[in-house]
Amino acid sequence: MTLTYNRSGRERRGLFSGSDRIMNSAVLLLLFLGIILVYAATRDWFSSNGLDPEYYLKRQVINVIIGIALAYGTTLIDYRLLRAYTPIVWGVGVLGLIAVLIPGLGSTVNGARSWISFPGGFQIQPAELAKISIIIGMALILSERVAGEDEPTDRQVLQSLGVAAFPVLLIVLQPDLGTVLIIAACVITMIAVSGARMRWVIGLLVTGIAGAYLAVASGEVSEYQLNRLRSFVDPSADPQASGYQLRQARITIGSGGFFGKGLFDGPQTNGRFVPEQHTDFIFTVAGEEIGFLGAGLILVLYMIILMRAFSIARRTTDLFGRMVCVGVIAWFSFQIFENIGMTMGLMPMTGVPLPFLSYGGSSMFANMIGIGLLQNVYQRTR
Amino acid sequence: MRNRSQLSLFVVQVFVASLMIALVGRLFYLQIADGPRYQEAALDIQSRDIVTPALRGLIVDNEGNLLATNKAGLMVTADRSVLDKQQDRGVAVLTRVASVLKLNYYDIYARTRLCGELPEGDRNGCWNGNRYQPIPITKEATENQVLTILEQSDLFPGIGAEPVSIRYYPSYAGERATHVLGYLGPITEADLNNEDGKRYYRNELIGKAGIEIVYDQAMRGTAGVRTVIVDRKEAVTQESRNNPATPGNHVILNINAKLQAAVEQELKNSVLRARGMGYRGDSGAAIVLDIKTGGVLAMASYPDYDLNIWENGITVKQAKDLYSLKTGVPALSRAIQGTFAPASTFKVISLAAAVDAGYSLKDTYQCPAQVQIGTRVFRNFDSKAAGRINMTTAMAISCDSIWYQIAYDEWVRDGGLKPKSSPNDYFFKSAAGFGVGEKTGIDLPSELKGRLPNRDWKAGWYEKNKDFYCNYEKRAKKSQLTAYLIELARENCLDGDKVRAGDMVNFSIGQGDTLMTPLQMAVLYSAIANGGKLIVPQIAKAIVEPSGKVVQTFTPQVKGTLPIEKSTLKFLQNSLRAVVTSGTAQGAFAGVGVEISGKTGTGQVFGRNLDGSSKDDTSWFASYAPSKKPQYAVVMMVSQGGFGASTSGVGVRKIYEHIFGTNGQVAIFPNGIPSELPKIDASKGSLS
Repeated sequence: MTLTYNRSGRERRGLFSGSDRIMNSAVLLLLFLGIILVYAATRDWFSSNGLDPEYYLKRQVINVIIGIALAYGTTLIDYRLLRAYTPIVWGVGVLGLIAVLIPGLGSTVNGARSWISFPGGFQIQPAELAKISIIIGMALILSERVAGEDEPTDRQVLQSLGVAAFPVLLIVLQPDLGTVLIIAACVITMIAVSGARMRWVIGLLVTGIAGAYLAVASGEVSEYQLNRLRSFVDPSADPQASGYQLRQARITIGSGGFFGKGLFDGPQTNGRFVPEQHTDFIFTVAGEEIGFLGAGLILVLYMIILMRAFSIARRTTDLFGRMVCVGVIAWFSFQIFENIGMTMGLMPMTGVPLPFLSYGGSSMFANMIGIGLLQNVYQRTR
Repeated sequence: MRNRSQLSLFVVQVFVASLMIALVGRLFYLQIADGPRYQEAALDIQSRDIVTPALRGLIVDNEGNLLATNKAGLMVTADRSVLDKQQDRGVAVLTRVASVLKLNYYDIYARTRLCGELPEGDRNGCWNGNRYQPIPITKEATENQVLTILEQSDLFPGIGAEPVSIRYYPSYAGERATHVLGYLGPITEADLNNEDGKRYYRNELIGKAGIEIVYDQAMRGTAGVRTVIVDRKEAVTQESRNNPATPGNHVILNINAKLQAAVEQELKNSVLRARGMGYRGDSGAAIVLDIKTGGVLAMASYPDYDLNIWENGITVKQAKDLYSLKTGVPALSRAIQGTFAPASTFKVISLAAAVDAGYSLKDTYQCPAQVQIGTRVFRNFDSKAAGRINMTTAMAISCDSIWYQIAYDEWVRDGGLKPKSSPNDYFFKSAAGFGVGEKTGIDLPSELKGRLPNRDWKAGWYEKNKDFYCNYEKRAKKSQLTAYLIELARENCLDGDKVRAGDMVNFSIGQGDTLMTPLQMAVLYSAIANGGKLIVPQIAKAIVEPSGKVVQTFTPQVKGTLPIEKSTLKFLQNSLRAVVTSGTAQGAFAGVGVEISGKTGTGQVFGRNLDGSSKDDTSWFASYAPSKKPQYAVVMMVSQGGFGASTSGVGVRKIYEHIFGTNGQVAIFPNGIPSELPKIDASKGSLS
């Protein structure tokens, strides 16, 4: 049965024909906006330093092209075939996370050992790709059903938690708290939607909150992260570092007004008052330069993508497909909320990029693979 | 099928949708509802005011010579926020700076400390501004020194350099005019908080003393402000406003640089002369007034100091010396802040009081060697008797005992220790009418008013001190427990609130608790010379714009008339002439070449010096000239200077020789005191 679906997939001619066009359009529009915003964030800075003002623009275009290719590639193989490869996908993710912790291989940025550097200035962030490993791994386990049962057994839930726990532990060691939070959100959402008993969901929520509290109290969280957290609670606590960043971010967005200061014309952006404005704080560029109109459009586009994803998840009769969709939805929505919420002072500061907009290869590739997975499920649902 | 899963999916969808809506709501709040506030905050972050202090107006003398000007300097500054972040809190950096600038490390250390950071009592040379502005280390660095620092910026973190305009007091004729001109210093927090309603900027300077503070607003001009938009690294991206600086106005003084230099020199000579005669001669003051306008032509105080130390970067030793008793407290202006018993110069007031009380100027009076009042014996000066003499002679030879008798009689008439409800108090009223105990109102800060020890003052004094005197043997130091002092304390406790006979007798010859500043004395003698007008002394003559346009001319302000008949004044004038022709000042003024009227004063001082020796007499000479058609009043006072005539009298004589060009001197005002405003040569204003 799977083979026929697979064959019918290959019979399609157009690149995106048979996929969810609305979602595709929204993603493409976001990618385009992202390229423009990355350019706006870096153009003045680079040219004023005598460097190529299109440096980041060019690299982001390449990232986007690779991302689209990966998304397309992900749709080619029937996702149900992925089940067989799940252990491999998971294993590769874990290996990447281990590699990053090996001194000499991993490099430290902003206090976290999250990157593997390759010759030629090329870097990847294994944690981004590990999210996919975890989602697929958990989906595989949670979609198995004992005959006649409507819900995963406790044993399955525990197994799925184990699948997530090991990579999460490795990410904690980096430490990359933002990614851990997003994975935690994915895990709880997937278990909830799998039909597992409510006690699991509530138990996990309580454990998650208690764990976060214990981590802070016992000093497992580094001073760097604590400062970020403190400055969220009290923005004046650390005015030079993270508090400064958050305050600047809010002011930058707020000063955009309804129409914005005009693309490439944001004085806060051009003055580079917000650090990391081409990566984690890209939304501030949108807020200042294209205003409520543009930044609001971005939120609407995210909303469209997520709602389309929900409808894919609802329409599929295949539990594995649904679980994959739910994992991807949870991942995207929490990452979007965390990132944009952080720039607007709703969430504490963590270093997570904004899907489809932030500059960067790894997250772009991971996000596009995520889109590929959604489309894959869509295409195979009849 | 899988109802729970479907339901959960729906719940999650609602949850995600509400997260996204929350984001939209927050975005709306930030950009639309609260947008204006953030727009303002953004502008605040991006804009910087670059303040160029205005070129300060000049101070010139009455002939247009520069007394204070501006010159180009290279300032080396320290940024404390950077220095404090060094591991050794900047010690190594400042040590390097000291060696490059060839300055003492400790001076630089003190200069870069806020005054509050140094222990109390050891704050000399500290920075009076705040932590957030670059603190000047020197303004007179050489180009090579600055290049050394700038080229090795990694060795000198927090050290900056920039060209500045520095205030310079050129001593055109050798004058210092320390206490007249004043100096500049950093803006304080109080200034910044607009407490005087004027907008200041951190990198501006402000007058801290003398003319520099009194006419600060006129001279400071308006600072130029250029507002620029900057990026996070403070690089300028665009300019949004550019108001150029408006230079300040010039102040023309009544002071004459050449006369000032001569007066300073003669004052110093007089002090040294006193020392040569065996007196301590710790300090002094000399003043020359234009008796018609109140214009201060010269005003000197000894000791003084070079005002340029302030802008050159004051060293710890220099700062300490300014207020040290050992160096004579050069910071203090004796002319307006030194208060001394006026002694016999006061007798002009007593004469007026006697006339008010009905004593005839035609009569003669006994001048015995001593007068006994109660249990105390009051001696004449030198304990000599002069027999029966008229009042002119009494003034000329400075008989004291005549005044003892008159003052005592009047005191008895007023009720003695049980005073009448409205006593005549001729002496007190006369003194008040002559300006004793009241500020002259000169255009300089921190003038003291001296003391008129009348009945009110006495009562007030008693309230403050009765506890001490009534418990003298418990409160006083061991060295103060002599039989005489114990008896004095007993008396003070008993009736210290009353004006006693001894008080009144002492008052009549300018002794006791009476205190006057040399400037008050000069104003008083001016009034005698000009027909009785007490005129407010005035340092500044006019304020003019850089273009030459006159903004303000200071016209003489008469603040009172001497309470004295024309005939009495005439009599006084003749008596003061007699002092010089045939009296106590005859020797000092013999052959001066110009007719001078004046009065000597030799004031007894109670109390002791630091080394325990008793204090020498205060030497006074108060005068005016020419006697027939007066123009100038000259007063000199030398603290612990000995006799009035030999120390101050001779000093005043020398000053007149400079003014009139007699005895080989070049006349300073051959054509009289200049009345026209001088032209200011603007090119002189920017020495570079």
